[in-house]
Amino acid sequence: MYYLQFLLSNLGRKKARTILTLLSIMIAFLLFGLLRSLAAAFDQGAEIAGEDRLVSINKISLIQPLPEAYLPKVQALDGVDKATSANWFGGYYQDPKNQFPQFPIVAEEYFEIYKEMITLPEEQMQAWKKNRMGVVIGKALVDRFKWKIGDRIPLIGMFPKEDGSTTWEFVIEGIYEAKSKGADTSAMLMHYDYFEEARQYGKGTLGWLIIQVKDPKQSAQVAAAVDALFANSPAETKTSSEKDFAKSFAKQFGDIGLITTLILGAVFFTMLLVAGNTMAQSFRERIPELAILKTLGFSDLAVMILVLAEAIVISLIGGLAGLLLAKFFISGAAESMAATLPGLNLSNTMMLFGVGLMFLFGLLTGIIPALQGLQLNIVAALRRR
Amino acid sequence: MTALATQSLAASELLVQLKGISKAYKKGKEQVSVLSKLDLDIRRGDFLALMGPSGSGKTTLLNLLGGLDKPTAGELMIGGQRLDQMSSSQLTKWRARHVGFIFQFYNLMPVLTAEKNVELPLLLTNLSSKQRKHHVAAALELVGLSNRAKHYPSELSGGQEQRVAIARALVSDPDLLLCDEPTGDLDRATADEILSLLQTLNQQQQKTIIMVTHDPRAADHARHVLHMDKGALVDDGRVTDAEH
Ligand SMILES: Nc1ncnc2c1ncn2[C@@H]1O[C@H](COP(=O)(O)OP(=O)(O)OP(=O)(O)O)[C@@H](O)[C@H]1O
Ligand SMILES: [Mg+2]
Repeated sequence: MYYLQFLLSNLGRKKARTILTLLSIMIAFLLFGLLRSLAAAFDQGAEIAGEDRLVSINKISLIQPLPEAYLPKVQALDGVDKATSANWFGGYYQDPKNQFPQFPIVAEEYFEIYKEMITLPEEQMQAWKKNRMGVVIGKALVDRFKWKIGDRIPLIGMFPKEDGSTTWEFVIEGIYEAKSKGADTSAMLMHYDYFEEARQYGKGTLGWLIIQVKDPKQSAQVAAAVDALFANSPAETKTSSEKDFAKSFAKQFGDIGLITTLILGAVFFTMLLVAGNTMAQSFRERIPELAILKTLGFSDLAVMILVLAEAIVISLIGGLAGLLLAKFFISGAAESMAATLPGLNLSNTMMLFGVGLMFLFGLLTGIIPALQGLQLNIVAALRRR
Repeated sequence: MTALATQSLAASELLVQLKGISKAYKKGKEQVSVLSKLDLDIRRGDFLALMGPSGSGKTTLLNLLGGLDKPTAGELMIGGQRLDQMSSSQLTKWRARHVGFIFQFYNLMPVLTAEKNVELPLLLTNLSSKQRKHHVAAALELVGLSNRAKHYPSELSGGQEQRVAIARALVSDPDLLLCDEPTGDLDRATADEILSLLQTLNQQQQKTIIMVTHDPRAADHARHVLHMDKGALVDDGRVTDAEH
C-alpha cells in the first residue's frame, strides 16, 4: 500500500512530463492495437482455408489467364475430387472508390466446393440459375450498399462487352452468408457463361482453378501432378494450397497495408524510444534519492525493484489506455469495414501480447537506471549533492 | 549534576571502538590516504562534536561509523559488532536497525509528505501499518511537528525540514545518531533550535550522537569536542570536554 502510494506520487513529480510520457506510450499502443488488428484481418482468409483445397494459377502471374481446356483435364486427374474455375471481373459500382471482388464462376460447382464456408438458400440458388444476368452477393455487401434481392446493379467492368460498352448490368437473385466464422462475404458472384459470352476479349480463358483433393494428405502430390500436366506448355501452372493463394491475393491490395504497417511501425518504435528516454532521464535525476533509500537501509534489490516497478506501472497505465482505445476503435470500425476488410478484430490473444509488450517496455526502460541504482556508491552519491 | 552523574555511570559502557582505522581512496595508481590509523572510543550516551578544517576527513569518518563505507584497515566495532568484517548487504541491514542519519541538506523525499518520509525506515521492519503510524506520530511529536504531518518538504521551512529528517532518523529507535553539519544550512536561531533538540534527544532519550560541525557554537551543545586535522585526531584521540 505504502509502496503503491510512493510509486504514484513519483508519477506526480513532474506532471507535464508524466502526462506526455503516458500519452506517447498510449499512442504507441493504440497504433500497436490498430496495426495488429489490420494484419490479422489481412491474414485471416489464409487461416480458415482448408488444406484440402488447392488453387492453380498461371505460373507467370495471377493476372495471366489459363485456357478453358485445362479444367476438364484437371478434373480427370487421379486424386482430384472436384474442380471448378473462377475469373476476375474487376468492376466497380458507380465510383472507382466502390471496389469489391466480383467473380464469374459456375454457380453449383462453386457453392459445392465452398459448402463448408458459405451458404445460399436453395430457392435463391434456383432463381439465380434461371437468370443469366443474375448474381448473388455476400452479406457484407448488403450491409455496405444496402442492396436487396431484385435490385438491378450496373457495374463498370474492366473488360468491355462485345458491343464496346463497359457497363454491365446485373440483377441480385440471392444473398449468401458465411457458414464458418470469418469466411469472406464481400464478393459478388456472377455466371461465368454470361460473362464468357458477353466479353469482347479473352474468350475461352479462366482466371484460376479451384481444386478439391480426395485426400488432404495427398495435396502435395496432386499439386505436383497438375503442374506436371501443363509443364512446357505456353501456359504453365502454379498450384499451391488455397492458404498461400489467399495470401498472395491479399498482398495485391495489401501493398498499401504494408506501407501503412511500415509507417505505423516506425511511429510505434519512435514513440517508445522517446517515452523510454524520458523515463530513463527522470530516474537519473533521482539517483541521489535512491542513495538516501540505500542509506536508510533499503537493499540494492529493493531499490532496483522500486525503479523497475515504477517503469512498468507507467508503461502499463499508458499502454492499457492505448490498447483499450484501439479495441474501442476497432469494434466501431469492424461493422462499417466488414465489406472491405472482413474479420477486423483485436483479439484477446493480441491484447495479452500487448500487455506482455508493456512489461517488456517497462523492463527495458527501467533496467538501466535500476542497474545504476544497484551499483550506486552511496558515499559518492551523497557527496555529489 | 546528580542526573548527569548517574547517566555517565549507566553510559560508561563503550558503544564505538576504533582501532587503527585507515581509509584510503584509489586515485588512478596513487593511494590517497584520508584517514590514518585512527584510535577512538565513544561511550554510549555521549554527544560528540567532530570539528576540523575542510578536507580533514570528518565526513569520511562519519560514513565509516554509519556503515556507509568500509575502512581500508583497522577494527571498527559498534555495539559489539565488527563493521569492518561485514559484507555490504550485512551493512545495509545493520544500518536499518542501528543508526540514524541527519545530513546538511535535509535529504527528504520531495514527493512524500512529512509523515510518509518519517515512515520510510519503518518499512524495513515487521511493524504493521497501524504500529508504523503510531511510531511516526510519536517521532513527529518528539521533534514538535505533529501539526505538519501532511505537509510536503516544499511546504516546510528549512528548520522544519531538518526536524522531519531528525524524526526519520529517530523513528526506528537507533542507538546512534550521525549528523553531518545538521545546521550548516540554517540561520542562527533555527540552528539553535535544532541543536537544543539534539541535546534533548541525547539527555532524555539516551541517544548517542556524533555530529560533524564547523560551528564552534554548535559544538558547545555537545558533551565532548573532537578535533581532526589531515586525517588524524588532534591530541591523539583524547577528547576535550565542551563547556556547558
Ligand atoms: N571518493 C574519493 N576519492 C578520492 N578522494 C576522496 C574521495 N572522497 C573524499 N576524498 C578526499 O578525502 C578527504 C576528506 O574528505 P571529507 O569529505 O571526509 O572531508 P571533510 O572533513 O568532511 O570536509 P568538509 O568539511 O569540507 O565536509 C578530502 O581531501 C577529499 O578530497
Ligand atoms: Mg564533510
